[in-house]
Amino acid sequence: MCSYATVQIPLTGSAKGPNGAWFAVTDAAVYFDHPVHAMAEHTLNIDVRAPARGPSARVALELTADAARALVAAVQQALDAAPATLSA
Amino acid sequence: MGDSLHATTVSISGDGGDEIEAYLARPDGDERRGGIVVIHHLPGYDRATKEIVRRFAELGYDAICPNLFFREAPGAAPDDAAAAARALGGVPDDRLVGDVAGAAAHLRALPSSNGKVGVIGYCSGGRQSVLAACRLDLDAAVDCYGAYVTGTPPEDFPIKVSNLVDQLPGLRCPLLGLFGNDDARPSPAHVDELEKILTANGKTYEFHRYDAGHGFFAVDRPSYRVAAANDGWERIADFFATYLAA
Repeated sequence: MCSYATVQIPLTGSAKGPNGAWFAVTDAAVYFDHPVHAMAEHTLNIDVRAPARGPSARVALELTADAARALVAAVQQALDAAPATLSA
Repeated sequence: MGDSLHATTVSISGDGGDEIEAYLARPDGDERRGGIVVIHHLPGYDRATKEIVRRFAELGYDAICPNLFFREAPGAAPDDAAAAARALGGVPDDRLVGDVAGAAAHLRALPSSNGKVGVIGYCSGGRQSVLAACRLDLDAAVDCYGAYVTGTPPEDFPIKVSNLVDQLPGLRCPLLGLFGNDDARPSPAHVDELEKILTANGKTYEFHRYDAGHGFFAVDRPSYRVAAANDGWERIADFFATYLAA
């Protein structure tokens, strides 16, 4: 299926992108749809982007649904493990 | 007719007169022939789509694929362009129609043109192929598993897509539909609804349904189904031979 559905969020941080260069990122698009590269019919895709720097300023992830859920849990676990005063 | 062909990138006048990039493949030789506009899928103006364009040239047609994401991402890699276009909400329907109109005009202006032009699209392009056939003077249209020709998109879709139910009575040319029985968008029920509407409106159509899911023509994806794709290609070749002959 083509889900078309896309969730977008603004964010602050950095990513390492094309040509090995770091850049400041400003938003992310998250969607469950056909991957470009992963060998699955559908994957959870995350584009961490800096649109002001052009379409190529992007770090892309294509994860199986199980992998995406595991990543969500890992992110939450890592945040929970950090002292609240540091991660607030 | 031989199997020699020439493929190149060209600039065409798209919606609103915008100059956009397109991939054009033409058989060698001077014989008159029909033209085919290939609408790429949501993942973009990619290598697999360009292979399809060349295949139509090998079948004897002038074929062209406009880069629907050129405005958002000129010169970008196809996957980056697709991501940028998706984040901006996708391709508006009116712009799509204008770009296909420009591509069809480019084909009809070629010295080899017999004046006939068909359109084909895959995935999101399947819906856009039907849309173009409802709005433009085309001679044949092929919908390969396009979602939301019928059926209702969820209201919270960030990408602005609506079904084409209100436009189907205006379909201007014969339609070939190729669908997978295991697909969810379009589901077999969506295809049934489309067939019912076309019948009620006296439209010429031909549907084939395969034991496959979505995307069975995509040779570089796990969804590829050889038997369905091979039969589908034969149906497409027969359909265009019928409606795009001089």
